[in-house]
Amino acid sequence: MLNNTYLMLIPLLPLAGFVLLGLFGRKYFKNSSGIIGTILLLASALLAIYTAYQYFFQVGKVNGFYQKIIPFQYTWLQFSEGVSINMGALIDPISVMMLVVITFVSLMVHIYSLGYMKGEERFSTYYSFLGLFTFSMLGLVMSSNIFQIYIFWELVGISSFLLIGFYYEKPSAVAACKKAFIVTRFADLGFLIGILILSFYSGTLDFNTLIERLTSPDSSQFQAAIASSFLGMSALTWGMVLVFMGGAGKSAMLPLHIWLPDAMEGPTPVSALIHAATMVVAGVYLVARLFPVFALSAPEALTLVAYVGAITALFAAVIACTQTDIKRVLAFSTISQIGYMMFALGVAGYGGEAGLGFTASMFHLFTHAMFKALLFLGAGSVIHFIHSNEMKDMGGLRKYLPVTHITFLVACLAISGIPPFAGFFSKEEILFAASQHNQAVYWIGLITSGLTAFYMFRLYFSIFWNKAPSTLERARGEAGEGGFVMILPLILLAIGAAFAGFIPFGNFVTSDGKSFEPVSHWQFSVLPVALGLIGIFIAWRMYKKENNLPDKISASFGGFYKAAYNKFYFDELYLFITKKIVFNLIGRPAAWFDRNVVNGLVNATGNTTEKVSTKIKGIQSGKVQQYGLYFLVATITMAVLFIYWWK
Amino acid sequence: MNEFISLMKPELIVTFIIFVLLFTKLGKGVKNSSLLNLIQVLLLLNFAAGFFFNKEGSLFGGMYHTDTLIAVQKNILSLGVYLISLLFADWFKKTEHLSEFFILLLSALLGMFFLISSGNFLMFFLSLELATIPVAAMANFDLHKKISSEGAMKFILSSAFSSGILLFGISLIYGATGTISFTELPALITASPFQILAFVFLFTAFAFKMSIVPFHLWTADVYEGSPMATTSFLSVISKGAVAFIFITVLYKVFQPMQEVWYNMIMLLSIITMITGNLFALRQQNIKRFLAFSSIAQVGFILVGISGNSPEGLTSVVYFVLIYVFSNLAAFGVAATISSNTGKENISDYKGFYQTNPFLTWIMALALFSLAGIPPTAGFFGKLFLLKSGAANANYLFITIAALNLIVSLYYYLRVIRSMFMDKNEEPIGKIKVQLSTKFGMYLCAAGIVFAGIFSWVYDYIQSLM
Repeated sequence: MLNNTYLMLIPLLPLAGFVLLGLFGRKYFKNSSGIIGTILLLASALLAIYTAYQYFFQVGKVNGFYQKIIPFQYTWLQFSEGVSINMGALIDPISVMMLVVITFVSLMVHIYSLGYMKGEERFSTYYSFLGLFTFSMLGLVMSSNIFQIYIFWELVGISSFLLIGFYYEKPSAVAACKKAFIVTRFADLGFLIGILILSFYSGTLDFNTLIERLTSPDSSQFQAAIASSFLGMSALTWGMVLVFMGGAGKSAMLPLHIWLPDAMEGPTPVSALIHAATMVVAGVYLVARLFPVFALSAPEALTLVAYVGAITALFAAVIACTQTDIKRVLAFSTISQIGYMMFALGVAGYGGEAGLGFTASMFHLFTHAMFKALLFLGAGSVIHFIHSNEMKDMGGLRKYLPVTHITFLVACLAISGIPPFAGFFSKEEILFAASQHNQAVYWIGLITSGLTAFYMFRLYFSIFWNKAPSTLERARGEAGEGGFVMILPLILLAIGAAFAGFIPFGNFVTSDGKSFEPVSHWQFSVLPVALGLIGIFIAWRMYKKENNLPDKISASFGGFYKAAYNKFYFDELYLFITKKIVFNLIGRPAAWFDRNVVNGLVNATGNTTEKVSTKIKGIQSGKVQQYGLYFLVATITMAVLFIYWWK
Repeated sequence: MNEFISLMKPELIVTFIIFVLLFTKLGKGVKNSSLLNLIQVLLLLNFAAGFFFNKEGSLFGGMYHTDTLIAVQKNILSLGVYLISLLFADWFKKTEHLSEFFILLLSALLGMFFLISSGNFLMFFLSLELATIPVAAMANFDLHKKISSEGAMKFILSSAFSSGILLFGISLIYGATGTISFTELPALITASPFQILAFVFLFTAFAFKMSIVPFHLWTADVYEGSPMATTSFLSVISKGAVAFIFITVLYKVFQPMQEVWYNMIMLLSIITMITGNLFALRQQNIKRFLAFSSIAQVGFILVGISGNSPEGLTSVVYFVLIYVFSNLAAFGVAATISSNTGKENISDYKGFYQTNPFLTWIMALALFSLAGIPPTAGFFGKLFLLKSGAANANYLFITIAALNLIVSLYYYLRVIRSMFMDKNEEPIGKIKVQLSTKFGMYLCAAGIVFAGIFSWVYDYIQSLM
């Protein structure tokens, strides 16, 4: 049996860190808060790994199926018979995998930040926020109840908001955190409505019951959810689409992706943790959590997931080719890779071999967490060294940052899908699943894969090669890589990025809990790998040495390049909609109404109140004999009123 | 004998403490600070003892009745008294007659215990008087202030008047039915005009004690004149006790005239909320402000009472518990400021956050809870009151209540705003908060936060029905 106590400790330890450092950090642990947070997280990570070991190898599998275990649960709020908000833990392959990913990456970021954030004024605040985030994220993946997941979903949003706006003196950071919060909140509105629809029809908020009821065609709840329709889609499909909207907002899917690139205003380790490895995949996780319902009962919604994912993947990859801020390149690359995971889910079926896409998606989530966190931390080292985010300020850094250089290269190879690095395996699985299921999505995925290799190596060559090392002005005299604490996470993550692909994921994480052995098709792999190599080759030609080739090529693309550089004007579009349309058509009239009608009413109330209370002040005269008189009059009035009139 | 001790345990303990305090007067006199420590320990023990060996049963031929719910109600009052002993430490240490103050206070508490447990109108009347008269003396405790004596005078005169009408009502009840026992009465109540008249007279006594409008006129003068410890006792403990017995009388004794009293409660609740809010809007003095806002809170308690269901009872008990934490915390901060600087006006609080962040946070938390802003406990308290009131499907009534809730937000937030945001060249200086006061404030803060989040508090009270 799983031991409840330590399962609970996994999220509670980071929470303890948040409370401790948040309340007392600035006073008592000014310098030691980093160590405290890291130690707590180390304990949490070890427990998570132990849980994974226990689950996958000892208790999880019964009769060849991985079970969904609820080790503890308690009712927090009972609405009616059957409908309650529970707080509990749901342990199944995906949540256990997420526990490991989150605690591991978070631990790496904790360690790395010891060096990166050193000397920061609000050092302990930073660590307390990290603790809050880790707690919320762990709570999110362990949720056994759809409302519980919503609560933690918002908590994650809050901690992301706090961390993006960590440098709150910078106006751009403040704008970015507001943007992230508002966009994701908007998406969460859809999520909430989706929850309400699903829970209304299924009559429960509990995940297991909900999935069971909405996937068995005989259940009355399922019949009702299918029977009622709105605008040509059944209520069930609407519910799933709206839930997906929430997921799309958090996972920065088109067209709700606009917050993620701006979110790079936060400290770089935070970007690695929240905006690359963990929080942004929450949307993928949500779809995976409800996957049986998607696959069995709402295939239209699942098709939508596939197309949104595929289009986002391609679209973000194109933009990533044109950006010059290294963190933004990585941000768009993240969006693109999450698109991969989404469409992998979209092309999956439920059960057995058909569920390959599901396994592949989770596999990619896992490997992506490794190499993307590594890329961000590597970028952090570069930024730490150069004090700039712009590619043009970099070049030839391989001499100064040798470890960063090698690990970054590993990550680039992994993300480009070059064997035998981790990304190769997960990406091949995704593409294979897509080719079996949906040719359009498959080709989009393939093109994206080539583009990915190109822009990643564009980044790599621009940072580490391009200019001759001597031309670079050293930013500071100090040692390049910020010491052991900043190197160790890079190395550990690089090991993950290099070898995580050999984990037989099909044994552990499948759509229906039954293990299967994904068949490898080496002939199939030739094309994607070749495309990747071509992408790398082009990047090598263009960016290995400083030359004017890139400018020429970008000029030849003309308007398209400009559009991609400006992220296809999505921000401007939103600004137009919000500023011009919403503002003028809704905001202004509402403001007028507020000023003239509401304020008028309020003022009138105020004035009347004023007058009335001056009048009745006479009653409160301070003379006790008058009080007695009023008392008596009131008594008699009441007696008369209730005896004669109001029965 | 054994049963006597176990059933009357709360009353016996309070009586014992009163005697201990009397004995301290025999010797040369103890220093205030050590006496206060003794009192605090005794009251803590009294509170702790309330958790154990609570049984159900009757004594003296049904005159006295108790059960586990009543024990919880008594314990809430004990908790309130304990908090008072902590929060007003500054003032207690300065006052000349500390032990007398607590003897009076505990006598009133004893009265309230008997009041909640009473099973007969005679017992009810006697204990109500016991719960009132010592408070009049407590109101007079700022011995050098004329305003304090004036308040006490008004209080004793008004309550004598109210008692007169109450007695009249009781005798009418007796005349109509031939009994004054709570258990025998329900069968004899028929809602005839005569009985309604008697009931109105009874009702006014409750209305007076809970300062329901229009029987509230004494409130402002007495609250303003009394020392803050007395004011808080009156506005929290005394109201809570009367609310508890009020529910018993309405739900048990006068259940057959349910329709009549529902209308009365609704009418007076609306008037009370509106008047309380209107007056609270204008107050500058923090004591008067809290006094009127507590009138508005009583209006809300009436909303819960109007539910006429076990849920109504649960929600009121729960609300009173939260109200003890929130209102005492607010009074505690106001009293700490007042006894250190003598300032009692809201305008003096401007910029208070700069110098006293701790007190400001406690005050903010308390006012948030009083205003009913989630996730403080006050929100849940109000939520359950409204939910209970909504059971009668009288949605106009609930809407008015909800609107009043919004109005009250304004004036509570006004205080918070002036503490946090308003600029002040010369804010009140740094105040050194007594250790026990600080402890009391932490207790209140914990109560405000946790009584809401942990659903088992509510569930526990509900399970006692």
